[in-house]
Amino acid sequence: MHGLINRAIEYFVRDTYGVAKWNHIVRLAGLEYSEFEAMLRYEKSVTTDVLDATATTLNRRLNEILEDIGTYLVSNPNVEALRRLLRFGGADFVDFLHSLDELPDRARIAVSDLDLPRIELREHATNRFSLTCQSDVSGYGHVLVGVLRAMADDYGALAFLEHQGNSHGVETISITLVEDRFSEGRAFTLGARSA
Amino acid sequence: MTVQPPNHCDVSTILDTMCPMHLVLDATGHIRHVGPTLQKLRPDRSMTGARFLEVFELNRPRAMSTMADLLTASGVKLHLQFRAEPRTAFKGELMPGPDPGEATINLSFGISIMDAVRDYSLTSADFAATDLAVEMLYLVEAKSAAMDASRTLNLRLQGAMIAAEEQAFTDTLTGLKNRRAMDHVLGRLMEGCDPFALMQLDLDFFKAVNDSQGHAAGDHVLQIVARIMVDETREKDTVARVGGDEFVLLFPGLTDHKTLGELARRVIDRLESPIPFEGTVCSISASIGTVLSSDYKSPAAETLLADADVALYASKHAGRACHRFFVPELRLPAEIPTTSPGIALPDAPNGVCG
Repeated sequence: MHGLINRAIEYFVRDTYGVAKWNHIVRLAGLEYSEFEAMLRYEKSVTTDVLDATATTLNRRLNEILEDIGTYLVSNPNVEALRRLLRFGGADFVDFLHSLDELPDRARIAVSDLDLPRIELREHATNRFSLTCQSDVSGYGHVLVGVLRAMADDYGALAFLEHQGNSHGVETISITLVEDRFSEGRAFTLGARSA
Repeated sequence: MTVQPPNHCDVSTILDTMCPMHLVLDATGHIRHVGPTLQKLRPDRSMTGARFLEVFELNRPRAMSTMADLLTASGVKLHLQFRAEPRTAFKGELMPGPDPGEATINLSFGISIMDAVRDYSLTSADFAATDLAVEMLYLVEAKSAAMDASRTLNLRLQGAMIAAEEQAFTDTLTGLKNRRAMDHVLGRLMEGCDPFALMQLDLDFFKAVNDSQGHAAGDHVLQIVARIMVDETREKDTVARVGGDEFVLLFPGLTDHKTLGELARRVIDRLESPIPFEGTVCSISASIGTVLSSDYKSPAAETLLADADVALYASKHAGRACHRFFVPELRLPAEIPTTSPGIALPDAPNGVCG
């Protein structure tokens, strides 16, 4: 698994629950190091072990943790770079939803060995969509729900999101857009330094 | 961008949407129409009606002062910039038309786009949907973020490499132990109760090889020397390169004068046989000084090394290619002819010379 993914889990735990909890997770997962390198690759089992250890340590369901990681990735100032990169995807939330089809390509253009799940958006009505997320690693769909929730806030849109389960490696998320311009949202300018 | 377009658009509307940074000049060289994004860059002053060459400075092609001049530049890549601050640079292209005598110029930021989006707070709505500007901005940010992460990793790896080198025990050129390793082994020997011998060996004439035959020859000689010393010593002995041409050998459990003397002799003899290198030969020799831990009540590592050094220098003074055991008398000034190092001492009872 790419170091960026493991690093995301690490940052989420450290920023949300503190270093002591993270160190506990590291020991529980049997890692010989306490920090992930964003630009290195790790065995897939490392990620699974760390997630299991996180669920045990925090005494929470894994799916909830994954969703929180998604929200954290967009809303925490420590990882602002990622939120900005996602905002480049579209001028409004619907535009952003349509950009998710090319998310794996966008990721690869930045980090050539980063493989993200294949995402496909289907538009059922002007305000009803479904997203399918296909990967040999399950759980991405829950992270995506968290990301979408936070991105809707970021754009100032009001949307209902629901993870509808996993079938043969394909996770489905239903999206209902209640209001496109519900609130101000967060500012985004193309020039990073004027933000 | 969600405005419902009419069924049929005039050319001006089409250009405003697809080329939001275009201008139309009338036959006198004045700006007749300006695209919405380009006008956004000068919010306080309408460009319409101004003379094109008073708003923009044309850097290439140069010496354009009339509308007739400008029309000659059709199809050529233009380099221009605002005359007023911020003096944003543009790339441009001019075509005659739409009406006779008029000219249409389309502009783009080119490489100055990074500054432009910052200076003018542009949004993706300011660019045509087909413009790759926003993708390019994405790419720049994504790549800088990835580069930052890589740089962090590189710094950490560099730190780890330096630490690993410091902790390494091997001399990379010869494969022998290094000074650190020697200190470590010597420390262990001092803690144990078994006696041991410490031999200090200096190459003679090595500098001459390096100077006259080059560093490659010097490196080759050091590798041969290392092999000879490893050959002549036992598995449990330690051979370390502690300086450019300085070596320390440690012999646990061995304090017999005769054995050590013969070993030193063999090493010197073998080192003296010419070493071939790329069609020439390199000739060196060596001087050796030895101390025995059993000669001391409670020796310190520094003392052993210093005394071995004294014995080594006595060997050098005795005309090189010599081996001597340390005896306290060597420390007496009279015994060491410091003023005439080329003259050999009389045969010393505690050592041999070649």
